[in-house]
Parts: sequence; structure tokens; C-alpha cells
Amino acid sequence: MADFDELVRLMRELEDRLVTCMRCGMCQAVCPLFAQTGREADVARGKLALLDGLLKEMLSDAQGVMERLNKCLLCGSCEANCPSGVDVLGIFMQARAILTGYMGLPPAKRILLRGLLARPQLFDRVSEWGARFQAVFTKPVNDVVGTSCARFASPLLADRHFAPLAAEPFHRRHPDIDRPAGASGLRVGFYIGCLLDKVFPQIAEAALTVFAHHGIGVRSPQGQCCCGIPAVSAGDMDTFRDLVRRNLDCFADAQIDVLVTACATCTATIKKVWPKLIGAEDARLHRRAAELADRTMDISQFLVENTAVPEAAAAGGNPKRRVTYHDPCHLKKSLGVSAAPRRLLTANPAVQLVEMAEPDGCCGMGGSFNLQYYEISSRIGGLKRDQIAATGCGTVATSCPACMLQIGDMLSRAGDRIAIKHPIQVYAEAITGDDVTA
Amino acid sequence: MLQPSLIRAFQEAIGAENVFTDSADLITYSYDAAPLEAAVPALALRPTGSEALSTAVRLCNENRLPLTVRGAGTNLSGGTVPQASGVVIVTNGLNRILEINTADMYAVVQPGVVTARLAAAVQAKGLFYPPDPGSQAVSTLGGNVAENAGGLRGLKYGVTRDYVMGLQFFDVNGDPVKTGSKTVKCATGYNLTGLLVGSEGTLGVFNEITLKLIPLPAHHKALMATFDTLDQASETVAGIIAARIVPATLEIMDNFTIRAVEDYSRAGLPVSAAAMLLIELDGHPAQVEEDAARVADLCRGMNAAEVRVAADEAERDKVWAARRSALSALAKLKPTLVLEDATVPRSQLPAMVGAIQEIGRRFDLAIGTFGHAGDGNLHPTILTDRRDTAEWERVEAAIEAIFDRALALGGTLSGEHGTGIAKSCYLSKETSPATLVYSRRVKQALDPNNILNPGKIIGAH
Repeated sequence: MADFDELVRLMRELEDRLVTCMRCGMCQAVCPLFAQTGREADVARGKLALLDGLLKEMLSDAQGVMERLNKCLLCGSCEANCPSGVDVLGIFMQARAILTGYMGLPPAKRILLRGLLARPQLFDRVSEWGARFQAVFTKPVNDVVGTSCARFASPLLADRHFAPLAAEPFHRRHPDIDRPAGASGLRVGFYIGCLLDKVFPQIAEAALTVFAHHGIGVRSPQGQCCCGIPAVSAGDMDTFRDLVRRNLDCFADAQIDVLVTACATCTATIKKVWPKLIGAEDARLHRRAAELADRTMDISQFLVENTAVPEAAAAGGNPKRRVTYHDPCHLKKSLGVSAAPRRLLTANPAVQLVEMAEPDGCCGMGGSFNLQYYEISSRIGGLKRDQIAATGCGTVATSCPACMLQIGDMLSRAGDRIAIKHPIQVYAEAITGDDVTA
Repeated sequence: MLQPSLIRAFQEAIGAENVFTDSADLITYSYDAAPLEAAVPALALRPTGSEALSTAVRLCNENRLPLTVRGAGTNLSGGTVPQASGVVIVTNGLNRILEINTADMYAVVQPGVVTARLAAAVQAKGLFYPPDPGSQAVSTLGGNVAENAGGLRGLKYGVTRDYVMGLQFFDVNGDPVKTGSKTVKCATGYNLTGLLVGSEGTLGVFNEITLKLIPLPAHHKALMATFDTLDQASETVAGIIAARIVPATLEIMDNFTIRAVEDYSRAGLPVSAAAMLLIELDGHPAQVEEDAARVADLCRGMNAAEVRVAADEAERDKVWAARRSALSALAKLKPTLVLEDATVPRSQLPAMVGAIQEIGRRFDLAIGTFGHAGDGNLHPTILTDRRDTAEWERVEAAIEAIFDRALALGGTLSGEHGTGIAKSCYLSKETSPATLVYSRRVKQALDPNNILNPGKIIGAH
């Protein structure tokens, strides 16, 4: 364990940003975690006060601060609603890095991040073995939602209902995509992301269908790896920088106009976290990251702004399938994108969009939060499930595969028969003429 | 450090999961929204039932532990900053709306119910709970009653005090005291309700609050008027009152505030205006329309640069959301924000607005002025950085100058934020030495060990 004075010195770097929190407490109104627990240490104001307390040496319990800091969905609801404009997520991520540097990375996270995530080829192999053998340990449980559950009591899976690993990951089927621009004259880089590659390759396939339909060239090179958000949230900056560098190298010679992703979390990470957390200590990497971040877009926003996605009215037809939409935090609160995915949905003439209550309420997933605090995560997710079910829709769409995992778990455990789709799938179905399946 | 046996007693009374002893939890209950020194308590409790609350109060008294009750911690006068080594009781585990009675038009709530939640619940039944402090999205009703919180609707509808029909609270021994009634009239016993409202947790701990509800106004209309000088705007406020029109809300914002709010909210506010008035009328549709026309004429008569009527519900909401964000939008500009709420008789508003401008210049400070002009309650907001000691001294001098001016105009130190720690030293300025002695005797009689939020309102003694 490093020197406490050194910790305090590093924390001081946050001081100018911490002082912008005036403790007005308005974050209590929007924090999904605080709504469940009512504990001040769970809401942004309390966490900011803790970090402030640490740098002022009001307490020496770095472990206690770190535990409370990690108990956070990083959904950004507080930041999006903060009247004082506190850079909450930036502070939290940097503080996690500082505290992890001081405390060291816990062994389980070390194995997962440095042993697996930072070694993309090994990660791919392990996932493929997993896909092959998962049937031994798990069984399908809800064919509409598309979930499985554990066959035997399992401490890891608990009573989760999860989307299983795909039989064939996307990169196996399309190891290296290099298609020239078509009629549109545009060519995009397509960043796949772990969950689309390994769990939901059908979403990436749908994206290819849509690109082809609009005459958009695609470059999706070999060797892509994780966007780095699990490493950032664990405070593992070494792994984070390593992953960012690999991805930048991957797209370095891609000759693309825009980098597109179909994962809200990956988009937000590349656009906002990369330039923010790759600091001045590595100026070249920072410049490269910022340059790519500037050109990165969510797939629905890209399509709506650059192609002739039909308007709902122009799409015509007689909508017969009711679809509701969940706004992922990383898309709406982080990037302000909420109209474009809805536009993609209603571009399918079969679709009638029905808004749920609080469509931008966090689903409670929060990545590793779900692993560490499954019970609270499920209570938050349960609220989302009720709001989805209340719409009476047969399909819920959302733009983030992590939200899809959480919503799938919630719907499946409640016995709902509601399909989960990415807007790009719903739009692709209009292009290929497939019905929106329930 | 508390005895382990005492901590166990608290754990048995209110559940181990509701007792916090880790320093990392306690620090999060060491502050409120006032820019004061934090004080870390020795223990924090989050009772989830009445019996647990009563026992917690009794245990504190028996063990001479200073006790501070905390709702959402949005207090602006330091009323929820605990004593170091004291106990904080968090009320947000007591958050049930116990009854909404539409026939007799009242609601009974636990102290931890969030203000906006009650307002929405009664509105769904066609009723209205008017007090709407700026922090209503998070503030608790217990906190509102303890502080006698105001809001934007004070002019027409009054403040929290005007809606408290009765209370059930625990005295310092944890015994239940009942005051007031669910009846419109009640003349039994001392008016303890009147004593407890605004007592800032120094005389008892609320368990149940009975609140008056009124019919929801059928119609409302919002107007926005901009002016080339701040004086024109404040004269217009006086003019509206003189014309015997009582808007539900009559808010003023100076240019400094307008720019800060617009920067944050992008609501389309006129950033070049020297001042603007935000006016809302409610009531019977015919009356509202007639009054709105008269107010618009009055504004034009005072040479308003522009008078705009909100076209629809969305525009109205946007304007009010922008106004509600004023405090926090200003907070964005500088690390420390000192929000005052000195209040004057409404006819004195133009004089007070002028005085604040003068004080800002005299002490070379950035002061944004906004507030509830219609009820004479301004919010001069000083933007500073507490770490700059030279400037901080000027801030303290300016605050005193603002108080002096407000009192000279026949006003009060605090319209709605309470006395707390921040204003306790100025109390005798507004009242009299005998008032302070009288208040201290009341406190001494009801809380002989001085454990109920000591140091607040009447200072340490």
C-alpha cells in the first residue's frame, strides 16, 4: 500500500473540480441508487463530500471511501441534472483510479481486466469455449426474451436470467470488413464492442444490412478490443490506456469519415471518457484519442443525420406492432441522443412507438455494479420492468447491449413475453421485409 | 467515541442496518447546503418507524448526546449541521404519506416525505399543497415545517406555517405530544403547533404532520416582462400590489441572474434585459384572464421592454424551471455561494433592491439578485471563493450591511431559510435582548439538557 500523503496529494488534483459542488443536494432527486437506499453515501453529493474529506484529511479510511465510491451505477443522472455543472463522472472515474493506485487492484478484478480484457485473443478464445460449453451449465428459460439460466446452483450466476453467449461471435463470421463507399459516398468505421461481438452479433449484422441499404462503406478491422470502460470503472488505468491504444492502432489507417458504434456505452466511452481520462501525461495518445472521439457517433444519430431514414409519416403503412423504447443513460444523459433511435424505430412502418413512464430512468445495470450489488440492481431494474410491462408492448427496444442484458434478466424473471431489440434491428427488419418478431 | 453498549442499544431500537458508525458514512452527514464548516457526528441513525424514532430521541437525551434531525440536508442556514460528536437522525426512512383526505382536505404525512411527492399526490386528487421551496424536488416536509419554508407562492398562498394544521411530535424524552387537529378550527390548549413550526429541531422531533390542502386552481397563466432598469422592474412589482392584484407568483431576476440561468437552462431568457419579472396568475379562468390583461398593461405602463405571455404549458414549465434553477445556476460561477433571504415589507422592495446594488459596489462583490419580489423576499446571492480570505471578510461585512438595511426598512433577517447557525448571532438585532432571554427560557424548560439541535436559532448559551 502506498503512502497516505501521496494519496492526499493526488486527491488534491481533484480539488478545483470538487469545490464546484455546493451541496445543494438536488442529485437526491434523480439518483436511482439513492431512491432505493436513502443513504447519503450513495448519492453524488455524499460521495463528493467523502472525496473532499479525504483530501482535507478529515478521515483516513481510504478503503471505506473506495467502497462507497464504487457503489455507483455511473449512470450520470446526477451530472445530467446538476445545476452547478459538477463533472461528477469525471471526478468519480479519476478518483477510482487514484484510490485503486493506492489500494491496489483486487485479485478478481486483476484476473478479469489484466488477465482477460487486456488480452483480446485470449478473451475471444475463452468466450468461444464458454459458448461451446454453456449448454452444459445453463438452459434456455424464456424463448421470447431469449434468456437462459443456471442448470445447477451457481454462485456466479445466482438466479440471473441472462442472454447466452452467441454460438459464433461476430468477428468470427466477419474477421475483417473492408467495403468501399457506395451511393452515399460515405464510409464508416464500425466499432463492434464486446457485447455485440460475443452476445448479440445479430445487432451488428443488422447494422451491416442497414449500411449496405444506404450505400455506406464499412471498415471494421481485425484486432478490436474492449472500449475500456470496465477498466476505468475498476480504476485500472494501465489496462484502460492499453485498450485505447490498441483500438486506436486498429482504426489508424481505416480511411473513414465517422466511427460508428451500436453500443451506447462504447460510444459514450470513446467520445467522452477517452479524451477525458487519457491525460496530458501522454500528449500523443491524448491527441489521437480526442481526434477519434470527435468523429465517433451513435449509429442511430449517424443514420438520421446522414441518410434518408424515412419519417414515420412517410413510412406509411398500418402500424401493428407496439414497441416501447428505453433510453440508455450513456446515450441520453451522456451524449444527449434520444430522438434519433426513436426515429429509426418509427421508420419501420409496422411499428407504433409507445412511450413508457420515465423512459430515461436507469435500468440499474451499471456494469460491474450489477455483479457487486445484484439485489439493489434488481430492485432498480424491477421498476424499469414494471414500466415496460405497463405499456403492453410486445417489444422493448434499447440502444445499449448492457441495458439489454439487465432488461432481459428482469423481464424473464417476471415471466414476461416481451422481445428485446436494438433500434437498428427494428429498422433493418423494415429494409429486409422481415416482420418484427415477438 | 461512543460506548459499544450504547451503540448496541441504538441498533436494537432501530435495526443494525440503520445505525451508521463508520467515519466514511458519518462524513456524509456533516454538512448541509449552507457554506459553513462541516461537523462530523459520532453516530447517524435512519429510523424507519415511529417507535424507533421515539426510542432514538430518548436514548440521546438519557446519554446527553446532542441530536440533529436531518431531512434532505438542503438547509441554507446551517440548521442541519450537527454537533461534532453528536447524533444525526435522518428522516428519509420515515417517508409514508399516511392519509390524503379529500372530503376534509388535509393530508397526514411522516416527516421524511419529499415535498414534491406530496404535491403531486394531492394534485392527482384535484387538491393543492401550495408551499414550493426551491428545493421541493428533494426537500422533506419535516424539514419544511422545521424551517417554516417558503417558496415562490408566498405572496398569494403564504408559507409552510399557513398549512400546518397539527403535529404529533416527540418531546426530548421521546414521549408523544399532540397539538392541533384535523378540524379547520381548533382552540384547545396552547398553540404548540405555532411554537414548533420554524423551531429548527430545537424543541421536539416531528413524527406526524397534518397539512391543510386547498382546491387546485382551475386556471393559470404565466407572463414574462423585461425591463431596461432594475428600478423599473421593482416599481412595477409595487404597482401590481398597489393595483390590488395578487398573483400566485411574482418573481424578479436581475441581469446577472438572468445570464447565469440562461447559460445553464437555455430556456430562451432575454440576456440583455436589466431585469425581468416572472408572473403567474391562477384561479377562476375569467378572473385570471382579466388580471393577466391588467398586469400586462401595468408592465407596459412602466415601460417594460417586452411583455410575453407563455403560449402553452411547455413554455410556462420552461420559464419556471429556469427560475427554479437560479440558485444553482449562480452557484456554477464561483466556488462559494452565499445566499441571503433578508425580507422587507413589499412596499419597500424598490429601496431594498437599490440598497443591494449599492452594497455590491461598495464591497466590490458580485451579487446576483433574484427572488420573491411580490412578498418582499429577495435573494441577494454573493458569489465568492471561501479560500480567498480577504474577499471573505468583505462578504461578511456585506452580509451585515444587507441585514442592517433590511431591518432599517422594517424587514427581517430571514424570510424563509431560517436562523440556524448562520444568523443566530444577529437575532437580537432584529428582536430585543429580552426576546432572546425569553426564547432561551422556553428552550431550557423544554430541553433541560440542551440536546435538541443545540446552538441553532438562539446560539450557544
